[in-house]
Amino acid sequence: MAESKKRFFHVIREHYCKGCSICVAFCPKQVLELKNGKVFPARPDDCIGCRMCELRCPDFAIEVHPAEEKVTAERSVNHIDLSLPPEAHHA
Amino acid sequence: MPEKARLMQGNEACTMAAIAAGLEFYAGYPITPSTEIAEICAEELPKVGGKFIQMEDEIGSISACIGASLTGAKAMTATSGPGFSLMQESIGYASLCEIPVVIIDVQRVGPSTGMPTSPAQGDLMQVRWGTHGDHPIIALAPGNVKECYELTFRAFELSEKYRVPVVVLTDEVIGHMREKVVLPDSEGYTIPRRAMPQSPAGYKPYAADPQGGVPLMAPFGTGYRWHCTGLFHDENGAPSSKPAVASALMRRLNLKIESKADELADCVAEGLEDCDIAVVSFGSSAMAALSAVRRSRSEGDKVGMLRLKTIWPFPSATVQRLLAPAKKILVPEMNLGQLALEIERAAGCERPVIRLGKVNGELFHPDEVFAAIKEAF
Amino acid sequence: MAEFLSYFRQDRLPHIWCPGCGNGTVTGALIRAIDKLGLDKNNIVVVSGIGCSSRAVGYLDFDTLHTTHGRAIAFATGVKLARPRLKVIVITGDGDSAAIGGNHLIHAARRNIDITTIIINNNIYGMTSGQASPMTPHGMLGTTAPYGNVEYNFDLCELAKAAGATYVARATTYHYVLLEDLISKALMHKGFAVVEALSQCPTYFGRKNKIGGAVDTLNWIKEQTVNVKAAAALPAEKRAGKILIGELHSVEKAEFTQQYLELIARVQRANPTYARNKGVPGCELNSD
Repeated sequence: MAESKKRFFHVIREHYCKGCSICVAFCPKQVLELKNGKVFPARPDDCIGCRMCELRCPDFAIEVHPAEEKVTAERSVNHIDLSLPPEAHHA
Repeated sequence: MPEKARLMQGNEACTMAAIAAGLEFYAGYPITPSTEIAEICAEELPKVGGKFIQMEDEIGSISACIGASLTGAKAMTATSGPGFSLMQESIGYASLCEIPVVIIDVQRVGPSTGMPTSPAQGDLMQVRWGTHGDHPIIALAPGNVKECYELTFRAFELSEKYRVPVVVLTDEVIGHMREKVVLPDSEGYTIPRRAMPQSPAGYKPYAADPQGGVPLMAPFGTGYRWHCTGLFHDENGAPSSKPAVASALMRRLNLKIESKADELADCVAEGLEDCDIAVVSFGSSAMAALSAVRRSRSEGDKVGMLRLKTIWPFPSATVQRLLAPAKKILVPEMNLGQLALEIERAAGCERPVIRLGKVNGELFHPDEVFAAIKEAF
Repeated sequence: MAEFLSYFRQDRLPHIWCPGCGNGTVTGALIRAIDKLGLDKNNIVVVSGIGCSSRAVGYLDFDTLHTTHGRAIAFATGVKLARPRLKVIVITGDGDSAAIGGNHLIHAARRNIDITTIIINNNIYGMTSGQASPMTPHGMLGTTAPYGNVEYNFDLCELAKAAGATYVARATTYHYVLLEDLISKALMHKGFAVVEALSQCPTYFGRKNKIGGAVDTLNWIKEQTVNVKAAAALPAEKRAGKILIGELHSVEKAEFTQQYLELIARVQRANPTYARNKGVPGCELNSD
């Protein structure tokens, strides 16, 4: 069994995450937790890749990918200037 | 070939001119005394591939027109006082978002339902200040059926050029009056069209020079993918509540039109050079006024006449210059002194501005204006 | 699948919505549906009104139109009729579409104009901080219903169906997979399509009504709903008071803008010599 288990990793956009904990509460395998108000994958090995955290996340802050996929720079959104608070961009 | 000379109503002339100017989209709601415009559009627009829709109310009508205009279509609606009041919020939207749209307001007696089948000129200030906040607007007032044609065509030119709502302010009499009009030849002129950007690369939907320039308008659905919002916005169209952005936007928007006030000024003057009394009017009131002025002059009185065809932006400098010789100014209008207020502001100084208001649903008779001139002497 | 975030104006993210607000979930469902259907970005116009949900369009990389309160469908009607080739989508809220914009909703449904309308129903006015809306359930609290709402709420789906909408469906932000699937079907439907997305407003609705935070409010929504297919098998007493989710109505009926294009073709065939009169301003007046 152990050999055949598919593995997944999680892309977290911390500056998008508002810590609502919807992903944490509804994860069927309790993979996720909040740390300092942001989501993090506490038990990634338990992830079954159902992606419900990603799909329900209202803040586009989490993505689930099969382990063999590569993370692109685009996905990690590290290119965004975080020195400005989000309110600075909005009315 | 369509016939050249035609007996037509003002409402019909407005519609024919709109179609000639390239009208592609009409959305409206029935209301007396403007309804013929909707009826003619319903019949004529499909013939030229245009679209007509009868909306559920006037708010929907102006909103649909703005939506259509955003795709690049020339759009128009027509209404009267109560419907015009309902449209005000969306007119403000079109002003702020700089979306060309033409509105024919065939005025009737108000406020409220008033007298639906009688003429009035009580929307003069509503046109200018009906929506909240300082905003640019252009209003043109035809004085006869021929001018319904000319000024509606002009309304499309100005609306497209300045990306601003333009109101053609007629009234029940101008709208329903029938006159013989010779339709112009179709050769040798261009249908008005807004300036469009060349390429989506680097497109900024609200970038314009600070001296009151007009931004280029990309039609929706052509790959520009821009954001149009009634929130104050920056050059990119992104909502912003930064004081500097808000101030720059408001000042540019208002300057865009106000700085052109004298360029846009359009009026008919007669005998003002040596007059003691100047009569100032517009629309159907000006017909009786002109008749009275000519009669006074034939009797040797020094009376002149000024008829305004551009009402907003108010042509203050032009009015001031033309009215300079007058010692007194008489303003006959079918309201209780809305134009008189502007005349007082622009050209009053020490001179009396006499209000000759009429709000009973009847046109002025030349004798009434004539008597008022006599009394003013 | 194309990069999810490539459908967004990323320089404007993160969005303004409160932590746990369902608006982002519904917006995400719309984007994934558009992506899976392979719709052309340049051929989409998304229109919204005023309210929390209506702020969605500002983040989306399409031609987007953020209009006045309640009028999104009227603006969208103009866009669609002027350019029928465009895919026109409306994102609106329960206050925007069921109160101030109710008239436009029912008339667009009556016309069967090809607009996909997604109503994000969070049972409250969020943007103005928690007033009762036409979708606030009877007896529940809002700042303008401090003693409990004495009014009744609409069944928006029944309303849309009765008014003539040819596709009507309801899902929730809890039932994400269903939500995305129904939005896909609505986008593919030719005619006026309404998807009501029951969504959570933890900040005002959840808190005011002592339901709890985002998770509790989502659970509260989940508990109230039953899938329309499952409901058919349930005894009446178990079905009572439940809100049906799933595809509720789908019929084929001639669409408005297509009919208008056919009308134009018919009229033009009957008037072959008619040319647009390009009259010059400056016409002569032969009478005084």
